[in-house]
Amino acid sequence: MNLRSLNIPVIDFVGKRKFALIFSAILLIVSIASLGLQGLKFGIDFTGGTLIELGYEKTADLEIIRSKLATAEYEGANVQYFGSDTEVLIQLEPQATSSAKLSSSIIRMLGEGIDVRRVEFVGPKVGEELTNDGGLAMLYAIIGILIYVAFRFEYRFALGSIAAIIHDVIITLGVFSILQIEFDLTVLAAILAVIGYSLNDTIVVFDRIRENFLATRHVEPEPIVNEALNQTLSRTLMTSLTTLLVLLALFYLGGEVINSFAGALIIGVIIGTYSSIYVASSMILALGISKEDMLPSEKEKKEIDARP
Amino acid sequence: MNHYAAWKNILIVFFLFILGLYALPNLYGSDLAIQISGTGDYDVNQRDLDKINDTLSDNEVDFKSISFENENILVRFSDSQSQLSSKAILKDSLTRNYVVALNLAPSIPQWLSGVGGKAMSLGLDLRGGVHFLLEVDMEAVTKMAVDRYYNELRAALRKDKLYKKIRKEENLLIVSFKSEEFKNEAKKVIKKDLPDLVIVDGSELELELGLEISASAQSAAKLSALKQNITTLRNRVNELGVAEPIIQQQGAERIVVQLPGVQDTARAKEILGAVATIEFRMVDEKNDVQTAIQSGKTPAGSKIYKFKDGRPLLLKTNVITTGENIVDASSSMDENNQPSVSIVLDSSGGRSMLDTTKEFLGYRMAVVFIENQVETAMEDGVAVKKRSKTQDIINAATIQGTFSNRFQITGLDSAREATNLALLLRAGSLSAPVEIIEERTIGPSLGADNIQKGLISVLVGFALVLVFMAWRYRVFGLVANLALTLNLITIISILSLIQATLTLPGIAGIVLTVGMAVDANVLIFERIKEEMHSNKNIQKAISLGYEKALLTIADANITTLIASIVLFSFGTGPIKGFAVTLTIGIITSMFTAIIVSRAIINLIYGGKKVEELAI
Repeated sequence: MNLRSLNIPVIDFVGKRKFALIFSAILLIVSIASLGLQGLKFGIDFTGGTLIELGYEKTADLEIIRSKLATAEYEGANVQYFGSDTEVLIQLEPQATSSAKLSSSIIRMLGEGIDVRRVEFVGPKVGEELTNDGGLAMLYAIIGILIYVAFRFEYRFALGSIAAIIHDVIITLGVFSILQIEFDLTVLAAILAVIGYSLNDTIVVFDRIRENFLATRHVEPEPIVNEALNQTLSRTLMTSLTTLLVLLALFYLGGEVINSFAGALIIGVIIGTYSSIYVASSMILALGISKEDMLPSEKEKKEIDARP
Repeated sequence: MNHYAAWKNILIVFFLFILGLYALPNLYGSDLAIQISGTGDYDVNQRDLDKINDTLSDNEVDFKSISFENENILVRFSDSQSQLSSKAILKDSLTRNYVVALNLAPSIPQWLSGVGGKAMSLGLDLRGGVHFLLEVDMEAVTKMAVDRYYNELRAALRKDKLYKKIRKEENLLIVSFKSEEFKNEAKKVIKKDLPDLVIVDGSELELELGLEISASAQSAAKLSALKQNITTLRNRVNELGVAEPIIQQQGAERIVVQLPGVQDTARAKEILGAVATIEFRMVDEKNDVQTAIQSGKTPAGSKIYKFKDGRPLLLKTNVITTGENIVDASSSMDENNQPSVSIVLDSSGGRSMLDTTKEFLGYRMAVVFIENQVETAMEDGVAVKKRSKTQDIINAATIQGTFSNRFQITGLDSAREATNLALLLRAGSLSAPVEIIEERTIGPSLGADNIQKGLISVLVGFALVLVFMAWRYRVFGLVANLALTLNLITIISILSLIQATLTLPGIAGIVLTVGMAVDANVLIFERIKEEMHSNKNIQKAISLGYEKALLTIADANITTLIASIVLFSFGTGPIKGFAVTLTIGIITSMFTAIIVSRAIINLIYGGKKVEELAI
C-alpha cells in the first residue's frame, strides 16, 4: 500500500526513536530527580491538617490574618489569596492535637461577617489511609490493564503499554514536583484518568500494528510499525486536540478547586500523546515483536468467533 | 447497503425519547422549601398538613404551595425571607415529633414526576453542606465491656465466696483463689453463667485464672456501640432540622454524616461530636472540702468536684440519677431571666429523685455536667488517641421541696449552652465517645459558584468541540456533534435515573467524556477516509470504516473502563464522583457515537448513489 497516494503524511517516527529515547530519558531523569530531591507538595488530603477558605466583602488584608494566627500560636499556618483578593485560603499543618474544632475557633477569632466558603479537616490517620488507598488504586488499575492487554494482544504489547503509562505518570508527577503545584485527591484522580487516556491512545496504535502485521507479507517490523503510526496519526492528533480544548475550558473556567485537576490532565494528555507515538512502539520494537507473535491471538479470535 | 431496518431505527428513537424524557427534569429549577417530617415512627398526615396550612395563614406568611411529597410535607416559597420566617414559626408551633428543615425542592411538573422523573441529585460541593467522618473510640468500648464483665464476674462468684480477689489488667480479668477446689468450681460457674468470658491460654496458675472477653462478644459489643451511636446521631440530626441527611456506617468503627444545606456548621460540629450527659449527686455536707484538699484525704463515699470557676465541693459518690433517665428536656428562661433546662425523668429516675428529695429535704443537690472527649495527637509520627473527661458542677442548690420527675436546672452560662444541653439530653447520649476525623464543609456561596463554573466550563468546552468537529469533518462532523449532544443528554438522563450524586469532579468526568466520546467518531471517520482512498465505492467505504473501527473503539474503551471501574471501587469521595460519570460516559458514548451516528449517516447516505462524501 502506498501511503503517499492516500494523502497520509509519511513521517519516519521509528527512525527517529533514538532522539525520542534521549528526550524521554532527559524528562524522566529530571522528573525523578525533582521527585527525589524536593518531592511532591502534598495537600491536606494526604498530610492531614486544616484548610479554611474565607470570602471577604472587600480586599482581605493577609498581614492582619497572619498576625492574628501568629498571636494565637497556630503552627505552620499558610495564608494566601485564592482566585481573587477577596478570597483567602488558610492552610494549617496538623497541630499537636488535631481536631475538627480548630477551624471553628479560627473562624470565630477572625471575626464576624466573613463568608465561610470551605472548611476541610483531615485527621492524621485518614491522610495516611487516603495515601495508601490512592497508591493501591493506581496499582490495581495498572494490573487490570496489564492483564487485559496481555489477553487481547500479547505480553510484549502489555509491557509496551505499561512502559508508556509509567513514563507518563512519572513525567506528570515530575511537572507537579518541579512547579510545586499542590497534589491532592482530585489530582490523583486526574493522574488515574491520564493512565486511562494514554492507554486509549496506545491501544489504538497497537491495534493498527497488529492489523498491519496480519495484512502484509512483509516481515520487517520497523516499517510496519511506522506505517501504523502514520495511519493513526491524524486520529491521535484530532482526539488529543478535542480533549485538550475541553480541558482548557475546564482549566480556565472551572474555578480554583478544579484547576490543578485540569492542569494535571493537560500535562498528561500531551505527554500521553507523545508516549503513544514514541514510547510504546519503541518498547515493543525493542522487545522484538514479529509477525509470528500476532498469529496465535488471531487464531484464538477465530475460535471465539466460531462459537455459536 | 448502509440501511438500518425500520425496527432498529424505531428502537433507537424510542431509547432516545425515553432518555430525553428523564433528562428533562433537570431543566426545571427548584423552589425554596420547608420540609416537615415525623421523627421516629411518626408519619405526618393530612391533619398535620391542615394545621401547618392554618398556622402559616394565621401568621400571614406568603407561600406558594403545600403538599405531601415522599411522605413529608413540603411547603414551597418564592423568597428566602418568608422561608426563613416560616421555619421559625413552625419550629415554635410544632412539637418535638416533627423535624422542620430548610430544603430545595425541584419544581418538576406533575406529569413528569408522575412517570418517575427526578432531577440529578447534587453533591455537597455543589449545593453546600457538611460532610463528617466520625470514628467511634473502640478502645473505650472494650474498656466499658471489661468493666461490665468485671461486675458480672464478681456477682457470679460472690454467691459461694469462690474468689479471693479479682483485678483488671489491661483488658484481662485476673481472679485469684484460696484453693484449687474453689478455682475449679469457679470455672464451672463461669462456663455456665458467663460463656463470653474465656480463659486466656497459659494464664492459669495454681491459684489464679486469667479471663478475657471472647472475640465474638467483643465484636458484638463494638457493633452494638456503633449502631447505638448511629441512632443517637440520627436523633441529634433530627433535632438540628436537616432535610435529607445521610448517616451511615462505614467500615467497622466509622460513621459518615452528611448534612446538605446546613448553614451553621460550627453548631453541627458541636452537637454531633459531643458526648455529654449530666448526673445528679448529693453534696457531702458533713465534711469540709478545704480539709479534704489540705490533708489530701477524701472522706470515704465522697469525691471532690469543681465548679466551672474552679471552686471545689465534696459530692457523694452515689449517683441519684443520670442523663440516661431523662425522657425530655427543653431550654427556657427562668423567672430571673437565667437560661435553664426543664427536665422530665422516666419512672425509675423519678422514683429515685422522689426518695432522695424526701430524705434530704433542706440539703443541697448538685448537677454535674460530664463531657468525654477524644482527640488524635501525633507522637513521634504515630497517631495516638488522647482521651479527656471534664466533670463540672453546673449548680448546687438546696432542695426546697419534694419533687419527682419534673424539675428545672439552672446555672448555665448562656442561652446557647442551655439549648445545646437540652438537645443533647433529649437525643440521648452516645454510647461511646466519637471523634471527627474528617470534615469537608462547603459554604452555600461556594456551592453556587461551583455549579455556575462547572456549567460554564461544560458548555464552553462542548461548544469548542462542536465547532472543531464541524470544521474538520463537515457533514460527518455535524453528525458527530449530534451524537455528542445526545451523549450529554444520555449521561444526564442516566445520572438522574439512578440518582447518582453529581459532584464537581463528576462534572469534570463529564467534560472529559465529551472530549473522549468524540474519539470514537474520529476513529470511524478517519477509517472511512482511508477506505475511500483504497476503495472507490463510497457505500462500502462507510460500511468498512464503521466495521474496522469498531474493534479498536471497543479495545480502547474497555481499557479505559477498567481504569475507571478500579477508580470507582478503590477511590473515595472526589475520585468516586469522577469515576461514576466517566464510567457512564464511556458506555453511553459507545451507543451514541457508534449506533446513533450510524443510523443518522445511513439516513443521509444509505441506499443512495453518492458521488462524493462531505467528510
